[in-house]
Amino acid sequence: MTDSETYPLDRRDVATALLAGRDGLVVVAGLGACAWDITAVGDHDLNFPVWGAMGGAASIGLGIALAQPDRRVLVLTGDGEMLMGMGSLATIALQEPNNLAVVVIDNERYGETGMQRTHTAFGVDLPGVAAAVGFPVTGLARDQGELDAALPVILETPGPVFYTIKVKAEELAFVLPSNDGVVLKDRMRKAMVGA
Amino acid sequence: MSGWAEDVFDVLVSAEIRQAAYVPDMGLKKLIEMCIADDAMTAVSLTTEEEGLALLGGAWMGGDRGVLMMQSSGVGNCINMLSLTRSCEFPLLMIVTMRGQDQEFNSWQRPMGQNAQEILGLAGVCARMIEETDAVAPAVASAAEEVFATNARIAVMVHQKLMPIKTFGK
Repeated sequence: MTDSETYPLDRRDVATALLAGRDGLVVVAGLGACAWDITAVGDHDLNFPVWGAMGGAASIGLGIALAQPDRRVLVLTGDGEMLMGMGSLATIALQEPNNLAVVVIDNERYGETGMQRTHTAFGVDLPGVAAAVGFPVTGLARDQGELDAALPVILETPGPVFYTIKVKAEELAFVLPSNDGVVLKDRMRKAMVGA
Repeated sequence: MSGWAEDVFDVLVSAEIRQAAYVPDMGLKKLIEMCIADDAMTAVSLTTEEEGLALLGGAWMGGDRGVLMMQSSGVGNCINMLSLTRSCEFPLLMIVTMRGQDQEFNSWQRPMGQNAQEILGLAGVCARMIEETDAVAPAVASAAEEVFATNARIAVMVHQKLMPIKTFGK
């Protein structure tokens, strides 16, 4: 069992590194900390933070990626959320959307329910799962050097791309986006298709 | 078998469906095959039905209309994910082929077969049971129009008596 309290990367720094230079990037964030992380970097019409529907973030990203093949789509989600929707990785791999990246911000904890350990704390290898179901590009980043190398892969390499970024287990201030699903849906659709 | 499949496919084409997500059922075999063969549609094979609800939410935000096809047992796999569909008022067009009704040889199909319609209703999906072959395509057509014009959530449920009978070779 690992002790993720000592991991060097900070999840908000990771979110900032991924999103700071965004230009047309569509971002789906899984429920909990990832939704707060992308909002901390800055709210955006092309942000879709999910407030529930655990296990669905990657599939939402797939639906967008298939509908908008010329846009880069980034799913940023937690280890617990990804574990609940692991089958969706197989579904994505079959569709081969080269514009989709699924990135797990992995603190090895269920952060919203008391920091209980998830399966990844016991060695479950999500990039290994993604590779096994057919993702052509997968990787793992555990420190700043590996994160720096991962950024262009996540943001530019034809995929689908799957990456796990190991981050420190810590409880940070909430930075809450709107929880009005209709508003979140309508603004994103309007930004992409105009109506 | 599945005398309604061609007509329903024509309805999906007319409704400009672009993403056709499914977990297969014998009753959907022909319809799914037509969706896979159609160049204008992306057929998405799911590992579990709930993925389809999330997929079609994303599809809608990206400008694509979708349909989600499954058998009645799959309804049970959808329940929490329907909170996404409902909270965001995503349009949802479902086609559910029924098990656990007439001439069901597998008793394990009955719990979902007998309750799927009510469960969908409780989860915020208007579920309409269709019992006549000629009524299936018109039901899908009117559901599609309502769904995409008003962000409604509608399931067209095709009664088991309109389906091929599964006998386990007996």
